[in-house]
Amino acid sequence: MSIVHIPFLQTGTLAVGGRLLSEDERSLQSQADRPSSLTKGHRACQGCAEALAARWVMDTAVEAAGGRLIVANATGCLEVFSTLYPESAWKPPWIHSLFANAAAVATGIVSALHAQGRDDVRVLAQGGDGGTVDIGLAAVSGMFERNDDVLYVCYDNQGYMNTGVQRSSATPAAARTATTPAVGRSPGQAFGQGKSMVKIAMAHEIPYVASATPADLRDLEAKVRTAMSMHGARYLHVLVPCPVGWGSESSQSIALARAAVQSGIFPVIEARAGELTDVQRIRERADVEEYLRPQARFAHLFKTGGEDALARWRALAEANIRRYGLLEARS
Amino acid sequence: MNGHDAPPTIGLSTGPATSLAYHTGTWRTERPVYVELAPPCSLGCPSGEDIRGWLGSTQEGEAGFEAAWRRLVAANPFPAVMGRICYHPCQEACNRAEVDEEVGINAVERFLGDTALEKGWALPAPAASSGRRVLVVGSGPAGLSAAYQLRQLGHAVTVREAAAEPGGMMRYGIPAYRLPREVLAAEIRRIEDTGVAIECSTPVTSLDDAQAEFDAVVLTMGAGVAHHVDIPAGAASHIVDAIDVLRDVAAGNAPLVGRRVAVYGGGNTAMDAARTARRLGASDAVVVYRRTREQMPAHPTELDDAVGEGVRVQWLSTIAAVEGPRVTIEKMSLDEEGRPHGTGEFEELDADTVMLAVGQDADLSLLAGVPDVTVADGVVAVDPVTLMTGRDGVFAAGDVSPGSRTATYAIGRGARAARAVDAWLAARVLPAEPVQREASAERLNAWYYSDAPKQHRAELAAARRVTGFEEVLTGLDAEHAVFEARRCMSCGSCFECDNCFGMCPDDAIKKLGPGMRYEVDYDYCKGCGICAAECPCGAIDMIPEVR
Repeated sequence: MSIVHIPFLQTGTLAVGGRLLSEDERSLQSQADRPSSLTKGHRACQGCAEALAARWVMDTAVEAAGGRLIVANATGCLEVFSTLYPESAWKPPWIHSLFANAAAVATGIVSALHAQGRDDVRVLAQGGDGGTVDIGLAAVSGMFERNDDVLYVCYDNQGYMNTGVQRSSATPAAARTATTPAVGRSPGQAFGQGKSMVKIAMAHEIPYVASATPADLRDLEAKVRTAMSMHGARYLHVLVPCPVGWGSESSQSIALARAAVQSGIFPVIEARAGELTDVQRIRERADVEEYLRPQARFAHLFKTGGEDALARWRALAEANIRRYGLLEARS
Repeated sequence: MNGHDAPPTIGLSTGPATSLAYHTGTWRTERPVYVELAPPCSLGCPSGEDIRGWLGSTQEGEAGFEAAWRRLVAANPFPAVMGRICYHPCQEACNRAEVDEEVGINAVERFLGDTALEKGWALPAPAASSGRRVLVVGSGPAGLSAAYQLRQLGHAVTVREAAAEPGGMMRYGIPAYRLPREVLAAEIRRIEDTGVAIECSTPVTSLDDAQAEFDAVVLTMGAGVAHHVDIPAGAASHIVDAIDVLRDVAAGNAPLVGRRVAVYGGGNTAMDAARTARRLGASDAVVVYRRTREQMPAHPTELDDAVGEGVRVQWLSTIAAVEGPRVTIEKMSLDEEGRPHGTGEFEELDADTVMLAVGQDADLSLLAGVPDVTVADGVVAVDPVTLMTGRDGVFAAGDVSPGSRTATYAIGRGARAARAVDAWLAARVLPAEPVQREASAERLNAWYYSDAPKQHRAELAAARRVTGFEEVLTGLDAEHAVFEARRCMSCGSCFECDNCFGMCPDDAIKKLGPGMRYEVDYDYCKGCGICAAECPCGAIDMIPEVR
């Protein structure tokens, strides 16, 4: 399920499609008749990368499952903006229960299908970083540990955004949120706090763990297809820039995801049974400033006194580049 | 039981895609609008070619070649010629230079031109006859471009040429190693095939007679008269005009130039003369130029090619005197404004022949005694919009009129003159060329363009390299021409990459199908601007919403 190799055709694999591509070279999102599983009329903020990534993930999963997919959704932005009663922006069968239990609900659906003797329906669970890394971690960990046949997708916008931008354990260092104000000797989220959900998932040695961003559609589609070709517990972590919570221009959501990857801040990886198996190399190296400066939550890094924090951010990027070999020649 | 009539459910449920009832478009403060901007290549092309358009057709491969050629010849009937001799200002303007290296537009133009000659593609059939007759005086690039375009518009066109063969400076000024004669002849023949009558060895001597015979006249006599400077020279000195040497060589009467040749001047004619001298057997060809390399009017590639063929350049030097095979050179220095001044320091140079290439003057013999056609600064004055001279119904284009003296400019002005004549014949007012918005490099999101694989670049470089005595530059094969065309970024014009469609978080862009592009669904578009930011070619504007 690797990415389709595109010959030299004006644009390469980074654009969504292209008029010169043959049928089998086209991404699903470039097709006029794509499922659009998360459709128009949803109430996501302008420039919401979560809404975008959710459509990409869901469309790919729906196609891979031959249209037979059930989705369990944790509480969070995605749930709130897509289902304002009495309307729903979802096309596939979709259920929301509680904040903490999306993984457990998905496990329950898998069990019910098994009890009915049905093996033709696939199950996907999804949530934000709050529902996954904080509140729902126990249920997610249990689902991983039992190796339940669920693809769990976390859309990580690095905080509790729809309730007013409070910090989560996925909020990055130095970021200003409503609960980590940019005041005092160590403004914003403290360095050293927070968890890496990708590493936690890998530590469970489940069949498949991957990270992705909306800056690379084909990579994301390939990873969902790969995950859907497998059984057991699978985890996909998607970084989704949030204009409201990050204080960025709504038009810059893709550009920020790109800068996160090209600066080394967000490693895009693939792991099987706990082993790192693939890493997306940096194509055009960007400084962390390209990622941080357009975000108001990091504005204090660029004022007097912010030098230390900026230097520590550079060190984080350097550590990732070293640890994952992000600058090594592409094979 | 609890008394409820409805069947038991788990929680609340709603139907799929019921959110369509809610129009999020009301949130918008800015709206995306697809635009079509002029690319810098076309804005930089004096011939006015739709370069982005014909590269776009070429990108489709074999199936698109003829369509590409047809889009090309709409502006320029000489792609095989210009694909060889044009100084391609389009490439200097190309935005791709900011990504890696400019697109090799000229090489693709030549490929299309050569392919058309090989396949025998004919120029478009002219429009129905207008019943009007137009005379074009001179058969250089301006004249033949005007003739071709006038014929396309349905007029009966006669071209009268004083020389024995048609082509003007393309025939008599540009050496065959840059432009093989059979290529030029074939492209001229193709224009004749559309019904243009070319009468050679037929100089026009009276404008009054011409106007009596024709409804309109276009003057394109060019600038083939060598400019002269006064150099003290002894009787035994052999001083010739470079343009005459080039003309004689082109006519098959190659002169004897001796072993050592000095060429005086720094333009392209000087380069052609020096390279031609080498081919005529001169072991030593020296260009004497009074300024520096930076100020030299010759195109840098011409200079590089000349130096590559063993031509030497004596910078900051003038020829003070010629006495037999002895040339006295005065060293020059530049003042603060870059003007050369004599230093009083002299040196000697051996030269059997001195070729003068210090400029060319317009051939204005036809206009002697024609008071209402004004000559200013040595060229025929024309209205800048209509290109009409002081005399009603007489137009001028190319080197005989003001402007840049290049073949590409001549072709553009010839076509402009044709449109002006057509408007004048119909008593219509010809509008000025519209000012177009440029698709500047800042509009592009170059992230999305492919990296050009190195092996292709190496082969392309090889194809542009000097390879022999006959024709210096070789052409591209189909594979490389398509590759080069695909390096075009389509600046300012949607090429259907699907980014806007795929990247809209609100699913608010409709894909209309191949060639039909996209449409914004303003009922749902929230105006986030991701489509505009991620459009590779800058074809989307965000404009304030007015409610």
